[in-house]
Amino acid sequence: MNDRAEAVMLDATDRAIINALQGEFPLCERPYAAAAETLGLSEDELLARLQRMLDEKVLTRFGPMFQIERMGGAFCLAALAAPESRYDEVAAQVNAFAAVAHNYRREHALNMWFVLATEKPEGIAETAAAIEAATGLAVRCFPKQREYFVEMRLKA
Amino acid sequence: MNPTTDDTERRLIVATQSGLPLVPRPYHAIADELGISAEEVMQRLGDMLARGVIRRIGAVPNHYAIGYTANGMSVWDIADAHIHAVGERIGALPAVTHCYQRPRALPDWPYNLFAMVHGRSRDEVLREVETIAALIAREFPDACARHEILFSSRILKKTGLRIAA
Repeated sequence: MNDRAEAVMLDATDRAIINALQGEFPLCERPYAAAAETLGLSEDELLARLQRMLDEKVLTRFGPMFQIERMGGAFCLAALAAPESRYDEVAAQVNAFAAVAHNYRREHALNMWFVLATEKPEGIAETAAAIEAATGLAVRCFPKQREYFVEMRLKA
Repeated sequence: MNPTTDDTERRLIVATQSGLPLVPRPYHAIADELGISAEEVMQRLGDMLARGVIRRIGAVPNHYAIGYTANGMSVWDIADAHIHAVGERIGALPAVTHCYQRPRALPDWPYNLFAMVHGRSRDEVLREVETIAALIAREFPDACARHEILFSSRILKKTGLRIAA
């Protein structure tokens, strides 16, 4: 996992591609050619650079970002307080659940924060209960009540 | 999946969730794989964008690799009467990549607003969060009782959503 990855060397063209293509990728016969044209690149060069940035893990993905809630599924942020002596064991127990999409260690009494993603809303409570059974630790669920608009774009 | 996601849509999601093919005609490549026309692929993707099933189509950068090596989950105890106004304001700030209202878990978790802040260093995240605190104090006096930052010290898992084929 590339969690502490050193910042990869990116040139100005790589940064322009990242900054320009975090959305609005065209739906047409040759979308890479169309996107390349607005960047002043050839289709071949854009494809080669995207492939390289995927290989180097500068990009985690190139494609659609789905919102599971709009497909009938659910997301939920959850947290637990894992004893330090069992931390790695608990992390492995939590990560073993396919519904755990992300998991982060954070500096707080609640020191493990993870996102549950399930295809049906009832899957959240079922998974939380199963994680409690597996770890013997209380799972706190923090479902989102409202999402405030954000750009969701980081300048490279 | 609920009835608004039909079988073809589901197959389209499975075919594209790990990414679009990096070939000159990606929608045609997907169409060949699914046995439908490229026009249908583009029409369905456009329809899913319009319905919000797809948030956007494009590059998903690895925050760490593009230099954002620090991330702090800032959490805020905001008076209920002001929560939406404060949430809209904070969400609009460039350093904030996610902003949600979530339930408090009293007595030990008083926070009802979560804002993820990314920065190139821990100090930059701390400065951003102080800027947010000052902004709230100025524009919404007495709305915020307290706040904390939970820094991430390790990624334990990051796979994203995967729907089974």
